Amino acid sequence: MALLDIQNLVVEFQTVSGSFRAVDGVSLHVDEREVLAIVGESGSGKSVSMLAVMGLLPWTATVTADRMNFNGRDLLKLSSAERRKIVGKDMSMIFQEPMASLNPCFTVGFQIEEVLRFHMGMDSAQRRERAIELLTQVGIAEPAERLNSFPHQMSGGQCQRVMIAIAIACNPKLLIADEPTTALDVTIQKQILDLLVSLQAKYGMGLIMITHNMGVVAETADRVIVQYKGRKMEEADVLSLFESPKSNYTRALLSALPENAVGDRLPTVSDMMFEPAPSGAAA
Amino acid sequence: MSIKVVEGKNIVRDYHVGGGLFRAQRTVHAVKGVSFSVDKGKTLAIVGESGCGKSTLARIITLIDPATSGELFIDGNKVDIAKDGLSKEMRRKVQIVFQNPYGSLNPRQKIGDVLGEPLLINTGKPAEERRDLAMKMLKKVGLGPEHYNRYPHMFSGGQRQRIAIARALMLNPSLLVLDEPVSALDLSVQAQVLNLLADLQDEFQLTYVFISHDLSVVRYIADDVMVMYFGEAVEYGSREEVFADPKHSYTRTLFAATPRADVASIKARLAKKKAA
Repeated sequence: MALLDIQNLVVEFQTVSGSFRAVDGVSLHVDEREVLAIVGESGSGKSVSMLAVMGLLPWTATVTADRMNFNGRDLLKLSSAERRKIVGKDMSMIFQEPMASLNPCFTVGFQIEEVLRFHMGMDSAQRRERAIELLTQVGIAEPAERLNSFPHQMSGGQCQRVMIAIAIACNPKLLIADEPTTALDVTIQKQILDLLVSLQAKYGMGLIMITHNMGVVAETADRVIVQYKGRKMEEADVLSLFESPKSNYTRALLSALPENAVGDRLPTVSDMMFEPAPSGAAA
Repeated sequence: MSIKVVEGKNIVRDYHVGGGLFRAQRTVHAVKGVSFSVDKGKTLAIVGESGCGKSTLARIITLIDPATSGELFIDGNKVDIAKDGLSKEMRRKVQIVFQNPYGSLNPRQKIGDVLGEPLLINTGKPAEERRDLAMKMLKKVGLGPEHYNRYPHMFSGGQRQRIAIARALMLNPSLLVLDEPVSALDLSVQAQVLNLLADLQDEFQLTYVFISHDLSVVRYIADDVMVMYFGEAVEYGSREEVFADPKHSYTRTLFAATPRADVASIKARLAKKKAA
Protein backbone atom coordinates (compact mmCIF):
# COMPACT_ATOMS: atom_id res chain seq x y z
CA MET A 1 0.00 0.00 0.00
CA ALA A 2 1.20 3.45 -0.82
CA LEU A 3 2.46 5.55 2.07
CA LEU A 4 1.04 8.74 0.66
CA ASP A 5 -1.75 8.56 -1.88
CA ILE A 6 -3.26 11.68 -3.42
CA GLN A 7 -5.95 11.71 -6.07
CA ASN A 8 -6.94 14.81 -7.99
CA LEU A 9 -5.57 17.44 -5.62
CA VAL A 10 -6.75 20.99 -6.28
CA VAL A 11 -5.50 24.01 -4.36
CA GLU A 12 -7.05 27.41 -4.92
CA PHE A 13 -6.09 30.72 -3.40
CA GLN A 14 -8.59 33.52 -2.85
CA THR A 15 -7.04 36.74 -4.07
CA VAL A 16 -8.34 40.23 -4.61
CA SER A 17 -8.71 39.53 -8.32
CA GLY A 18 -10.64 36.28 -7.88
CA SER A 19 -9.52 32.78 -7.13
CA PHE A 20 -6.25 31.45 -8.42
CA ARG A 21 -5.70 27.75 -9.01
CA ALA A 22 -2.15 26.87 -8.00
CA VAL A 23 -2.52 23.11 -8.18
CA ASP A 24 -4.86 21.68 -10.75
CA GLY A 25 -5.78 18.03 -10.40
CA VAL A 26 -2.48 16.45 -9.39
CA SER A 27 -2.41 12.80 -8.39
CA LEU A 28 0.61 11.17 -6.88
CA HIS A 29 1.66 8.39 -4.59
CA VAL A 30 4.82 7.56 -2.68
CA ASP A 31 5.68 4.13 -1.39
CA GLU A 32 7.77 3.28 1.60
CA ARG A 33 11.51 3.28 0.85
CA GLU A 34 10.96 5.29 -2.30
CA VAL A 35 12.48 8.57 -3.47
CA LEU A 36 10.05 10.62 -5.51
CA ALA A 37 11.23 13.83 -7.14
CA ILE A 38 8.79 16.58 -8.08
CA VAL A 39 10.32 18.89 -10.67
CA GLY A 40 9.05 22.18 -11.98
CA GLU A 41 9.72 25.87 -12.22
CA SER A 42 8.60 28.39 -9.66
CA GLY A 43 4.85 28.71 -9.92
CA SER A 44 4.38 25.12 -10.99
CA GLY A 45 2.64 24.32 -7.73
CA LYS A 46 5.18 21.79 -6.55
CA SER A 47 5.71 23.33 -3.14
CA VAL A 48 2.06 24.24 -2.70
CA SER A 49 0.87 20.68 -3.20
CA MET A 50 3.25 19.45 -0.51
CA LEU A 51 2.31 22.27 1.85
CA ALA A 52 -1.28 21.15 1.35
CA VAL A 53 -0.31 17.65 2.42
CA MET A 54 1.41 19.07 5.49
CA GLY A 55 -1.54 21.36 6.21
CA LEU A 56 0.66 24.42 6.27
CA LEU A 57 -1.22 26.60 3.81
CA PRO A 58 -2.73 29.91 4.92
CA TRP A 59 -6.48 30.31 5.37
CA THR A 60 -6.85 31.87 1.92
CA ALA A 61 -6.22 28.48 0.39
CA THR A 62 -8.92 25.93 -0.34
CA VAL A 63 -7.72 22.35 -0.62
CA THR A 64 -9.89 19.72 -2.26
CA ALA A 65 -9.04 16.22 -3.33
CA ASP A 66 -10.80 12.99 -4.18
CA ARG A 67 -8.45 11.18 -1.88
CA MET A 68 -5.58 12.21 0.37
CA ASN A 69 -4.40 9.30 2.46
CA PHE A 70 -1.26 9.09 4.50
CA ASN A 71 -0.28 5.84 6.14
CA GLY A 72 -3.87 4.61 5.97
CA ARG A 73 -5.44 7.76 7.41
CA ASP A 74 -7.55 10.24 5.54
CA LEU A 75 -5.86 13.63 5.87
CA LEU A 76 -8.92 15.50 4.64
CA LYS A 77 -11.04 14.34 7.56
CA LEU A 78 -8.51 14.96 10.32
CA SER A 79 -9.07 17.79 12.77
CA SER A 80 -6.19 20.20 13.00
CA ALA A 81 -5.29 18.88 16.46
CA GLU A 82 -5.06 15.35 15.13
CA ARG A 83 -3.08 16.49 12.14
CA ARG A 84 -0.57 18.29 14.35
CA LYS A 85 0.17 14.93 15.95
CA ILE A 86 1.16 13.52 12.57
CA VAL A 87 2.95 16.52 11.10
CA GLY A 88 6.50 16.71 12.39
CA LYS A 89 6.31 13.12 13.65
CA ASP A 90 5.32 10.65 10.93
CA MET A 91 5.63 13.18 8.17
CA SER A 92 8.10 16.04 8.27
CA MET A 93 9.49 18.65 5.97
CA ILE A 94 12.77 20.40 5.24
CA PHE A 95 12.62 23.86 3.70
CA GLN A 96 14.71 25.73 1.22
CA GLU A 97 16.27 28.46 3.32
CA PRO A 98 17.94 26.86 6.32
CA MET A 99 18.89 30.24 7.74
CA ALA A 100 15.32 31.49 7.55
CA SER A 101 13.55 28.37 8.76
CA LEU A 102 15.39 28.08 12.07
CA ASN A 103 14.36 30.43 14.83
CA PRO A 104 17.23 32.86 15.43
CA CYS A 105 16.23 33.41 19.08
CA PHE A 106 16.75 29.85 20.29
CA THR A 107 19.71 27.50 20.34
CA VAL A 108 19.65 24.62 17.87
CA GLY A 109 19.56 22.24 20.82
CA PHE A 110 16.32 23.79 22.05
CA GLN A 111 14.80 23.59 18.59
CA ILE A 112 15.65 19.92 18.18
CA GLU A 113 14.43 19.07 21.67
CA GLU A 114 11.19 20.95 21.11
CA VAL A 115 10.06 18.31 18.59
CA LEU A 116 11.05 15.50 20.91
CA ARG A 117 9.18 17.06 23.83
CA PHE A 118 6.02 17.63 21.84
CA HIS A 119 5.80 14.35 19.97
CA MET A 120 7.76 11.82 22.00
CA GLY A 121 7.20 13.04 25.55
CA MET A 122 10.80 12.43 26.53
CA ASP A 123 12.27 13.87 29.71
CA SER A 124 15.07 16.38 29.47
CA ALA A 125 17.95 13.90 29.87
CA GLN A 126 16.53 11.63 27.17
CA ARG A 127 15.96 14.58 24.89
CA ARG A 128 19.49 15.79 25.24
CA GLU A 129 20.88 12.36 24.57
CA ARG A 130 18.69 11.96 21.48
CA ALA A 131 19.60 15.45 20.21
CA ILE A 132 23.31 14.62 20.45
CA GLU A 133 22.66 11.36 18.64
CA LEU A 134 20.77 13.19 15.89
CA LEU A 135 23.48 15.80 15.38
CA THR A 136 26.04 13.01 15.12
CA GLN A 137 23.89 11.29 12.52
CA VAL A 138 23.67 14.36 10.33
CA GLY A 139 27.41 14.81 10.54
CA ILE A 140 27.97 17.77 12.83
CA ALA A 141 31.26 17.72 14.69
CA GLU A 142 31.27 18.22 18.47
CA PRO A 143 27.49 17.73 18.77
CA ALA A 144 27.33 18.28 22.52
CA GLU A 145 28.86 21.75 22.27
CA ARG A 146 26.91 22.58 19.13
CA LEU A 147 23.58 22.13 20.97
CA ASN A 148 24.24 25.48 22.60
CA SER A 149 24.95 27.29 19.33
CA PHE A 150 22.54 29.75 17.80
CA PRO A 151 21.69 29.45 14.08
CA HIS A 152 23.71 32.55 13.19
CA GLN A 153 26.82 30.91 14.56
CA MET A 154 26.58 28.11 12.02
CA SER A 155 27.12 28.01 8.28
CA GLY A 156 24.32 27.46 5.77
CA GLY A 157 25.25 23.82 5.29
CA GLN A 158 25.31 23.22 9.03
CA CYS A 159 21.93 24.90 9.47
CA GLN A 160 20.50 22.62 6.82
CA ARG A 161 21.94 19.64 8.70
CA VAL A 162 20.21 20.87 11.85
CA MET A 163 16.94 21.17 9.89
CA ILE A 164 17.39 17.57 8.75
CA ALA A 165 18.07 16.52 12.33
CA ILE A 166 14.80 18.15 13.43
CA ALA A 167 12.92 16.53 10.57
CA ILE A 168 14.15 13.01 11.30
CA ALA A 169 14.00 13.38 15.09
CA CYS A 170 10.85 11.23 15.46
CA ASN A 171 11.77 8.67 12.80
CA PRO A 172 9.23 9.89 10.24
CA LYS A 173 7.76 7.58 7.64
CA LEU A 174 7.75 10.32 5.05
CA LEU A 175 10.25 13.13 4.63
CA ILE A 176 9.46 16.01 2.29
CA ALA A 177 12.47 18.06 1.21
CA ASP A 178 11.51 21.33 -0.47
CA GLU A 179 14.52 22.49 -2.49
CA PRO A 180 16.86 21.45 0.31
CA THR A 181 20.05 22.47 -1.49
CA THR A 182 19.10 25.44 -3.63
CA ALA A 183 20.68 27.95 -1.26
CA LEU A 184 23.89 25.97 -0.89
CA ASP A 185 27.20 25.63 -2.73
CA VAL A 186 27.77 22.66 -5.01
CA THR A 187 30.20 20.93 -2.67
CA ILE A 188 27.83 21.35 0.28
CA GLN A 189 24.89 20.39 -1.95
CA LYS A 190 26.59 17.09 -2.70
CA GLN A 191 27.11 16.40 1.01
CA ILE A 192 23.50 17.20 1.91
CA LEU A 193 22.09 15.08 -0.91
CA ASP A 194 24.30 12.15 0.07
CA LEU A 195 23.17 12.57 3.67
CA LEU A 196 19.48 12.62 2.75
CA VAL A 197 19.73 9.57 0.52
CA SER A 198 21.73 7.60 3.07
CA LEU A 199 19.27 8.45 5.86
CA GLN A 200 16.40 7.51 3.59
CA ALA A 201 17.95 4.13 2.85
CA LYS A 202 18.92 3.52 6.48
CA TYR A 203 15.49 4.19 7.96
CA GLY A 204 13.41 3.10 4.98
CA MET A 205 11.63 6.43 4.77
CA GLY A 206 9.64 7.64 1.83
CA LEU A 207 11.36 10.77 0.53
CA ILE A 208 9.85 13.47 -1.65
CA MET A 209 12.40 15.78 -3.23
CA ILE A 210 10.99 19.02 -4.55
CA THR A 211 13.48 20.68 -6.85
CA HIS A 212 13.99 22.55 -10.09
CA ASN A 213 17.47 21.17 -10.58
CA MET A 214 17.58 18.27 -13.02
CA GLY A 215 21.01 17.33 -11.70
CA VAL A 216 19.58 16.81 -8.22
CA VAL A 217 16.81 14.64 -9.72
CA ALA A 218 19.34 12.54 -11.59
CA GLU A 219 21.42 12.05 -8.48
CA THR A 220 18.69 11.07 -6.04
CA ALA A 221 15.31 10.03 -7.43
CA ASP A 222 13.72 6.66 -8.14
CA ARG A 223 10.65 8.12 -9.76
CA VAL A 224 9.96 11.63 -11.09
CA ILE A 225 6.88 13.80 -11.52
CA VAL A 226 7.21 16.85 -13.75
CA GLN A 227 4.83 19.70 -12.99
CA TYR A 228 4.07 22.82 -14.99
CA LYS A 229 1.58 25.53 -14.07
CA GLY A 230 -0.12 23.37 -11.48
CA ARG A 231 -0.57 20.36 -13.72
CA LYS A 232 1.26 17.11 -13.91
CA MET A 233 3.03 16.87 -17.26
CA GLU A 234 4.75 13.56 -16.89
CA GLU A 235 5.42 10.77 -14.45
CA ALA A 236 8.15 8.24 -15.08
CA ASP A 237 10.97 6.40 -13.38
CA VAL A 238 14.15 8.39 -13.42
CA LEU A 239 15.97 6.47 -16.12
CA SER A 240 13.20 6.56 -18.69
CA LEU A 241 12.56 10.24 -17.96
CA PHE A 242 16.11 11.15 -18.92
CA GLU A 243 16.38 8.57 -21.68
CA SER A 244 13.11 9.18 -23.44
CA PRO A 245 11.12 12.09 -22.06
CA LYS A 246 7.53 11.94 -23.27
CA SER A 247 6.16 15.41 -22.76
CA ASN A 248 7.43 18.45 -24.62
CA TYR A 249 7.91 20.30 -21.38
CA THR A 250 10.28 17.70 -19.96
CA ARG A 251 12.23 17.73 -23.18
CA ALA A 252 12.43 21.51 -22.99
CA LEU A 253 13.60 21.41 -19.38
CA LEU A 254 16.31 18.90 -20.19
CA SER A 255 17.57 20.83 -23.16
CA ALA A 256 17.74 24.02 -21.11
CA LEU A 257 20.51 22.43 -19.03
CA PRO A 258 23.67 24.36 -19.93
CA GLU A 259 25.64 21.13 -20.33
CA ASN A 260 23.24 20.03 -23.05
CA ALA A 261 23.70 23.23 -25.05
CA VAL A 262 24.09 22.69 -28.76
CA GLY A 263 26.00 25.51 -30.39
CA ASP A 264 25.84 28.98 -28.91
CA ARG A 265 22.26 29.25 -27.79
CA LEU A 266 20.38 27.47 -25.10
CA PRO A 267 16.93 26.36 -26.11
CA THR A 268 14.39 27.80 -23.68
CA VAL A 269 11.14 26.32 -22.53
CA SER A 270 9.08 28.85 -24.45
CA ASP A 271 10.81 27.81 -27.69
CA MET A 272 9.46 24.34 -27.27
CA MET A 273 6.05 24.60 -25.68
CA PHE A 274 2.96 24.59 -27.85
CA GLU A 275 1.01 27.21 -25.98
CA PRO A 276 2.68 30.61 -25.76
CA ALA A 277 3.01 31.75 -22.18
CA PRO A 278 0.59 34.55 -21.34
CA SER A 279 2.29 37.92 -21.63
CA GLY A 280 3.57 39.26 -18.36
CA ALA A 281 3.91 35.79 -16.87
CA ALA A 282 6.82 34.87 -19.09
CA ALA A 283 10.15 35.98 -17.79
CA MET B 1 46.35 42.42 -30.86
CA SER B 2 43.45 42.16 -28.51
CA ILE B 3 42.78 44.88 -25.99
CA LYS B 4 42.84 44.12 -22.31
CA VAL B 5 39.77 45.68 -20.75
CA VAL B 6 40.63 44.77 -17.21
CA GLU B 7 43.83 43.55 -15.67
CA GLY B 8 44.68 42.85 -12.06
CA LYS B 9 48.17 42.32 -10.76
CA ASN B 10 48.65 40.64 -7.43
CA ILE B 11 45.49 42.03 -5.88
CA VAL B 12 45.23 41.71 -2.12
CA ARG B 13 42.33 42.66 0.11
CA ASP B 14 42.45 42.43 3.88
CA TYR B 15 39.59 43.22 6.19
CA HIS B 16 40.20 44.24 9.78
CA VAL B 17 37.48 42.97 12.02
CA GLY B 18 36.67 43.27 15.67
CA GLY B 19 39.07 45.13 17.84
CA GLY B 20 37.85 47.04 20.80
CA LEU B 21 38.57 47.57 24.40
CA PHE B 22 38.86 43.90 25.29
CA ARG B 23 39.59 42.15 22.07
CA ALA B 24 42.52 42.38 19.72
CA GLN B 25 41.92 43.29 16.11
CA ARG B 26 41.87 40.40 13.68
CA THR B 27 42.75 40.52 10.01
CA VAL B 28 40.89 38.47 7.43
CA HIS B 29 42.76 37.95 4.20
CA ALA B 30 39.84 37.82 1.78
CA VAL B 31 41.85 37.96 -1.41
CA LYS B 32 45.49 36.92 -1.34
CA GLY B 33 47.34 38.12 -4.39
CA VAL B 34 45.22 37.34 -7.42
CA SER B 35 46.27 38.25 -10.97
CA PHE B 36 44.11 38.09 -14.05
CA SER B 37 43.31 39.85 -17.30
CA VAL B 38 40.32 39.83 -19.61
CA ASP B 39 40.36 40.78 -23.29
CA LYS B 40 37.66 42.81 -24.96
CA GLY B 41 34.55 40.82 -25.79
CA LYS B 42 35.61 37.84 -23.67
CA THR B 43 34.23 36.30 -20.51
CA LEU B 44 36.24 35.40 -17.44
CA ALA B 45 34.40 33.14 -15.02
CA ILE B 46 35.38 33.14 -11.37
CA VAL B 47 34.31 29.98 -9.56
CA GLY B 48 34.46 29.11 -5.91
CA GLU B 49 32.41 28.35 -2.81
CA SER B 50 30.97 30.99 -0.53
CA GLY B 51 33.65 32.71 1.48
CA CYS B 52 36.41 32.14 -1.06
CA GLY B 53 36.73 35.84 -1.89
CA LYS B 54 35.10 35.88 -5.29
CA SER B 55 32.58 38.56 -4.39
CA THR B 56 35.29 40.64 -2.72
CA LEU B 57 37.25 40.48 -5.95
CA ALA B 58 34.11 41.52 -7.82
CA ARG B 59 33.76 44.55 -5.57
CA ILE B 60 37.35 45.51 -6.23
CA ILE B 61 36.93 45.18 -9.99
CA THR B 62 33.72 47.20 -9.85
CA LEU B 63 35.61 49.94 -7.99
CA ILE B 64 33.31 49.72 -4.98
CA ASP B 65 36.08 48.65 -2.64
CA PRO B 66 39.76 49.55 -2.88
CA ALA B 67 42.35 46.79 -2.92
CA THR B 68 44.76 46.71 0.02
CA SER B 69 47.62 46.27 -2.39
CA GLY B 70 48.17 45.33 -5.99
CA GLU B 71 47.43 47.11 -9.23
CA LEU B 72 44.19 47.29 -11.16
CA PHE B 73 44.05 48.51 -14.75
CA ILE B 74 40.81 49.33 -16.51
CA ASP B 75 41.14 49.96 -20.25
CA GLY B 76 44.88 50.27 -19.72
CA ASN B 77 44.64 53.02 -17.10
CA LYS B 78 45.76 52.34 -13.58
CA VAL B 79 42.97 52.89 -11.07
CA ASP B 80 43.44 53.38 -7.37
CA ILE B 81 40.23 54.55 -5.74
CA ALA B 82 41.77 54.61 -2.28
CA LYS B 83 44.18 57.35 -3.36
CA ASP B 84 42.60 59.17 -6.26
CA GLY B 85 38.93 58.61 -5.71
CA LEU B 86 36.72 57.73 -8.59
CA SER B 87 35.94 59.85 -11.60
CA LYS B 88 32.58 59.76 -13.34
CA GLU B 89 34.41 58.53 -16.39
CA MET B 90 35.67 55.46 -14.55
CA ARG B 91 32.33 54.88 -12.90
CA ARG B 92 30.74 54.54 -16.33
CA LYS B 93 33.19 51.96 -17.54
CA VAL B 94 32.42 49.25 -15.03
CA GLN B 95 28.96 48.14 -13.98
CA ILE B 96 27.69 45.26 -11.90
CA VAL B 97 24.65 42.96 -11.83
CA PHE B 98 23.91 41.38 -8.47
CA GLN B 99 22.72 37.92 -7.59
CA ASN B 100 19.35 38.61 -6.09
CA PRO B 101 17.06 40.60 -8.37
CA TYR B 102 14.55 40.90 -5.52
CA GLY B 103 17.01 42.76 -3.36
CA SER B 104 18.81 44.89 -5.90
CA LEU B 105 15.87 46.92 -7.21
CA ASN B 106 14.28 49.66 -5.13
CA PRO B 107 10.65 48.59 -4.59
CA ARG B 108 9.46 52.20 -4.61
CA GLN B 109 11.10 53.16 -7.86
CA LYS B 110 9.42 52.71 -11.24
CA ILE B 111 11.37 50.78 -13.84
CA GLY B 112 11.75 53.88 -15.97
CA ASP B 113 13.37 55.71 -13.07
CA VAL B 114 15.54 52.71 -12.28
CA LEU B 115 16.94 52.88 -15.79
CA GLY B 116 17.12 56.67 -15.97
CA GLU B 117 18.92 57.17 -12.69
CA PRO B 118 22.42 56.21 -13.85
CA LEU B 119 22.09 58.77 -16.65
CA LEU B 120 20.74 61.41 -14.29
CA ILE B 121 23.66 61.00 -11.92
CA ASN B 122 26.48 60.51 -14.36
CA THR B 123 25.51 62.50 -17.42
CA GLY B 124 23.89 65.83 -18.14
CA LYS B 125 21.28 64.36 -20.46
CA PRO B 126 17.84 66.00 -20.40
CA ALA B 127 14.81 64.05 -19.18
CA GLU B 128 13.42 63.35 -22.63
CA GLU B 129 16.64 61.80 -23.85
CA ARG B 130 16.93 59.70 -20.71
CA ARG B 131 13.42 58.43 -21.33
CA ASP B 132 14.18 57.51 -24.93
CA LEU B 133 17.35 55.68 -23.97
CA ALA B 134 15.54 53.79 -21.22
CA MET B 135 12.81 52.73 -23.65
CA LYS B 136 15.40 51.50 -26.13
CA MET B 137 17.22 49.56 -23.46
CA LEU B 138 13.97 47.93 -22.29
CA LYS B 139 13.49 46.59 -25.80
CA LYS B 140 17.09 45.37 -25.97
CA VAL B 141 16.68 43.19 -22.91
CA GLY B 142 13.41 41.73 -24.12
CA LEU B 143 10.91 43.89 -22.24
CA GLY B 144 8.50 46.41 -23.71
CA PRO B 145 7.71 50.13 -23.39
CA GLU B 146 4.58 49.18 -21.42
CA HIS B 147 6.88 48.14 -18.58
CA TYR B 148 8.31 51.65 -18.20
CA ASN B 149 5.85 52.78 -15.55
CA ARG B 150 5.65 49.58 -13.54
CA TYR B 151 7.16 48.79 -10.17
CA PRO B 152 9.61 45.94 -9.48
CA HIS B 153 7.07 43.81 -7.58
CA MET B 154 5.06 43.45 -10.78
CA PHE B 155 7.83 41.44 -12.43
CA SER B 156 9.01 37.86 -12.17
CA GLY B 157 12.54 37.00 -11.08
CA GLY B 158 13.79 36.58 -14.63
CA GLN B 159 12.28 39.89 -15.71
CA ARG B 160 13.84 41.64 -12.74
CA GLN B 161 17.22 40.25 -13.65
CA ARG B 162 16.68 41.65 -17.15
CA ILE B 163 15.95 45.04 -15.60
CA ALA B 164 19.10 44.84 -13.50
CA ILE B 165 21.09 44.02 -16.63
CA ALA B 166 19.43 46.90 -18.49
CA ARG B 167 20.30 49.31 -15.69
CA ALA B 168 23.92 48.17 -15.77
CA LEU B 169 24.08 48.77 -19.53
CA MET B 170 22.57 52.27 -19.48
CA LEU B 171 25.98 53.94 -19.32
CA ASN B 172 27.54 51.85 -22.10
CA PRO B 173 30.09 50.21 -19.86
CA SER B 174 32.98 48.31 -21.35
CA LEU B 175 33.09 45.85 -18.48
CA LEU B 176 30.16 44.15 -16.82
CA VAL B 177 30.65 42.25 -13.58
CA LEU B 178 27.98 39.60 -13.09
CA ASP B 179 27.81 38.33 -9.51
CA GLU B 180 25.92 35.02 -9.71
CA PRO B 181 23.33 36.53 -12.06
CA VAL B 182 21.39 33.31 -12.65
CA SER B 183 21.76 31.48 -9.34
CA ALA B 184 18.40 32.69 -8.07
CA LEU B 185 16.56 31.78 -11.27
CA ASP B 186 14.77 28.69 -12.51
CA LEU B 187 16.37 26.46 -15.07
CA SER B 188 14.39 27.65 -18.08
CA VAL B 189 14.57 31.32 -17.06
CA GLN B 190 18.27 30.85 -16.45
CA ALA B 191 18.61 29.71 -20.06
CA GLN B 192 16.81 32.83 -21.29
CA VAL B 193 19.00 35.17 -19.26
CA LEU B 194 22.17 33.39 -20.38
CA ASN B 195 21.03 33.74 -23.99
CA LEU B 196 20.36 37.42 -23.42
CA LEU B 197 23.83 37.91 -21.97
CA ALA B 198 25.38 36.17 -24.98
CA ASP B 199 23.38 38.35 -27.40
CA LEU B 200 24.31 41.57 -25.60
CA GLN B 201 27.95 40.57 -25.56
CA ASP B 202 27.90 40.15 -29.33
CA GLU B 203 26.04 43.37 -29.91
CA PHE B 204 28.03 45.71 -27.66
CA GLN B 205 31.37 43.86 -27.58
CA LEU B 206 30.96 43.63 -23.82
CA THR B 207 33.53 42.11 -21.54
CA TYR B 208 32.16 39.99 -18.72
CA VAL B 209 33.52 38.93 -15.39
CA PHE B 210 31.09 36.18 -14.49
CA ILE B 211 30.99 34.95 -10.91
CA SER B 212 29.32 31.65 -10.27
CA HIS B 213 29.48 28.42 -8.35
CA ASP B 214 27.63 26.47 -11.01
CA LEU B 215 30.14 24.74 -13.22
CA SER B 216 27.67 23.79 -15.92
CA VAL B 217 26.81 27.47 -16.43
CA VAL B 218 30.48 28.40 -16.41
CA ARG B 219 31.28 25.77 -19.00
CA TYR B 220 28.60 27.24 -21.22
CA ILE B 221 29.44 30.93 -20.95
CA ALA B 222 33.13 31.34 -20.11
CA ASP B 223 36.22 31.79 -22.25
CA ASP B 224 38.61 31.72 -19.32
CA VAL B 225 38.03 30.19 -15.91
CA MET B 226 39.58 31.06 -12.57
CA VAL B 227 38.92 28.82 -9.59
CA MET B 228 39.31 30.52 -6.20
CA TYR B 229 39.78 28.77 -2.90
CA PHE B 230 40.34 30.61 0.39
CA GLY B 231 41.31 33.83 -1.34
CA GLU B 232 43.75 32.32 -3.79
CA ALA B 233 43.41 31.56 -7.47
CA VAL B 234 44.20 27.86 -7.42
CA GLU B 235 43.48 27.36 -11.08
CA TYR B 236 43.47 29.80 -13.96
CA GLY B 237 43.33 29.00 -17.63
CA SER B 238 41.16 28.71 -20.69
CA ARG B 239 37.87 26.89 -20.31
CA GLU B 240 39.13 23.89 -22.28
CA GLU B 241 42.28 23.57 -20.19
CA VAL B 242 40.51 23.80 -16.86
CA PHE B 243 37.66 21.44 -17.73
CA ALA B 244 39.81 18.88 -19.54
CA ASP B 245 42.63 18.72 -17.06
CA PRO B 246 41.93 20.24 -13.63
CA LYS B 247 45.22 20.51 -11.78
CA HIS B 248 44.28 21.50 -8.25
CA SER B 249 42.57 19.02 -5.95
CA TYR B 250 39.86 21.56 -5.06
CA THR B 251 38.90 21.94 -8.72
CA ARG B 252 38.54 18.19 -8.94
CA THR B 253 36.37 18.19 -5.80
CA LEU B 254 34.18 20.81 -7.43
CA PHE B 255 33.80 18.73 -10.56
CA ALA B 256 32.97 15.64 -8.55
CA ALA B 257 30.32 17.52 -6.58
CA THR B 258 28.49 18.85 -9.62
CA PRO B 259 25.40 16.73 -10.14
CA ARG B 260 25.40 14.81 -13.37
CA ALA B 261 22.24 14.56 -15.41
CA ASP B 262 23.30 12.13 -18.11
CA VAL B 263 21.80 8.71 -18.58
CA ALA B 264 25.04 6.83 -18.00
CA SER B 265 25.58 8.24 -14.52
CA ILE B 266 21.95 7.59 -13.55
CA LYS B 267 22.39 3.97 -14.60
CA ALA B 268 25.58 3.76 -12.55
CA ARG B 269 23.82 5.18 -9.49
CA LEU B 270 20.84 2.86 -9.77
CA ALA B 271 23.12 -0.15 -10.17
CA LYS B 272 25.07 0.89 -7.09
CA LYS B 273 21.87 1.31 -5.13
CA LYS B 274 20.62 -2.13 -6.09
CA ALA B 275 23.91 -3.69 -5.05
CA ALA B 276 23.83 -1.99 -1.65
